[in-house]
Amino acid sequence: MAFTETKTSTDQDAPAPVEKERLRRLLNQGERPAPPSAFASARAFAWRSMLKIKHVPEQLGDILVFPIIMLLMFTYLFGGAIAGGTGDYLQFLLPGIMVMSIVMTTIYTGMSVNIDINKGVSDRFRTLPIWRAAPMVGYLLADMFRYAAAGAIMFGTGMIMGYRPAGGAAGVLLGVVLLLVFCFAFSWVWTWLGLITRSEKTVMSISMSIMFPLTFLSNIMVDPATMPGWLRPVVENTPISQLVDGVRGLFDGTSPSGAVATTLIWSAGFIAVFGFLTLRAYNRK
Amino acid sequence: MASETAIRAEGLVKHFKEIKAVDGVDLEVPAGTVYGVLGPNGAGKTTTVRMLATLLRPDAGRAEVFGHDITADPSAVRTQVSLTGQYASLDEDLTGVENLVLLSRLYGFGKPAARSRAGDLLEAFGLSHAAGKQVKAYSGGMRRRLDIAASIIITPKLLFLDEPTTGLDPRSRNQVWEVVRTIVGEGTTVLLTTQYLEEADQLASRIAVIDTGKVIAEGTPGQLKSSVGAGSIKLRLHHTDQREHARTVLADALRAEVELDDDPVALIARLLPGQDNAVQGAHALSELAKAGILVDDFSLGQPSLDEVFLALTERVGA
Repeated sequence: MAFTETKTSTDQDAPAPVEKERLRRLLNQGERPAPPSAFASARAFAWRSMLKIKHVPEQLGDILVFPIIMLLMFTYLFGGAIAGGTGDYLQFLLPGIMVMSIVMTTIYTGMSVNIDINKGVSDRFRTLPIWRAAPMVGYLLADMFRYAAAGAIMFGTGMIMGYRPAGGAAGVLLGVVLLLVFCFAFSWVWTWLGLITRSEKTVMSISMSIMFPLTFLSNIMVDPATMPGWLRPVVENTPISQLVDGVRGLFDGTSPSGAVATTLIWSAGFIAVFGFLTLRAYNRK
Repeated sequence: MASETAIRAEGLVKHFKEIKAVDGVDLEVPAGTVYGVLGPNGAGKTTTVRMLATLLRPDAGRAEVFGHDITADPSAVRTQVSLTGQYASLDEDLTGVENLVLLSRLYGFGKPAARSRAGDLLEAFGLSHAAGKQVKAYSGGMRRRLDIAASIIITPKLLFLDEPTTGLDPRSRNQVWEVVRTIVGEGTTVLLTTQYLEEADQLASRIAVIDTGKVIAEGTPGQLKSSVGAGSIKLRLHHTDQREHARTVLADALRAEVELDDDPVALIARLLPGQDNAVQGAHALSELAKAGILVDDFSLGQPSLDEVFLALTERVGA
């Protein structure tokens, strides 16, 4: 009896035989559509990333839960000490901590690129007649969705905790757009790193050792005015601090045009330099 | 058309650090045929294929695919070729149908056309029942077929198949062979790498044998085998004590060299080239029967890849 059951289940799993006639017809259809535009191919890769989120939803956990933990932890841990009260500190901290947790997650892009490039599937992508940057841009487009989701969750949690943006809905929206633009540009550092390093662990350790000093040596947690004189100009001028100034200003409704312009220049620079390096590494792989 | 050349490679070289993976490979692959590249692991087969498919830049030498230079104009080459890599060139997290729809979109099909192309391919390859399963749950044979299906979303002029049957069970292997024959029957050129002489023999009209990064022999399967020897007969006897007698009978009947195997009841006779193996085998069996020798097991084999290599590398060494 047991034997019969086993046999039935293998029969169900076994693929049906190849249908040669059908295969012949497909081979002879000879339909060759025009190659997709650069944007269409990037969109197809973005769709692939979204499907991966659908099949492995756990990967969203990191991105959505981590920011909430950061927000709660820093507000209630440091609020009293730094700003004399959690309410005031939240008002200062929220834009910064949003930048910090979302910019931190850009390193996942580099790790995904690294995991992909060592698998057979990227051989297939690289033999397709498509725009060479499409797989990377596709990743980044899908990541924009994750970042926007993380931003919305942090903002919602902040509102529940008592945060009120003086810049109104328009200010918040512009601030988030600025953050997304910067993340898109900054991610090219990690795509390049993902292509030139051996394993995703290397990507992780190198990017973490860049991100930790870059995010902590900033105006995210504390006002640089409280720092020693030699450190202040350094901290105030990192791309992260400029971005935080921009986002914070937009949320607060103070029209921070200088910081916004600097952030956009940094972004263009990241795309130009690391976009070029990424494509060169991809072509030489 | 018959004289068109699909691949012309001259002196391809690729080094990885100190290792010369490919060390001066010349190939000339006529269009519309299956061309076999035969060699053991690490011989340089995959590296050669990767260079021809524009995945690796050669360190030296040049190659053309349907007249397009692989280094000067890789994008023109990419419009002509498809690659089925040694390890499935599929996204394991996605389902079968999602993989094919994604790739169809990347070839430029609109959404409805991509869906219908994917569905047609899954049906033709007998994979409809697994369309919604993630590829990581596929068996080796199913994965291979999906991989080949992905390679013919647009019928390529040249298809690279890198060890398409390594690790497959015999039934899946036969199915892959059938697919390859159908594809080449409709005019696509196939460059197939393999470790199995039998596979090259079954499918390829010409074979290049590669060892340590060099082509050590090239020709039709017939030429290659006759250069090595005709094959052998292996016998297992019922009684150990009849082995010496059997050896004499076989040596007389076949006028061939007969060796005693490590197995105490087995003998191996190397057949002479230029004669029909089956006729020689039948003759050997009837002579043994007349002499009253009991045979338990009888097999007629082509020279194995090991024998081919041994013969070819000895010649190169000499």
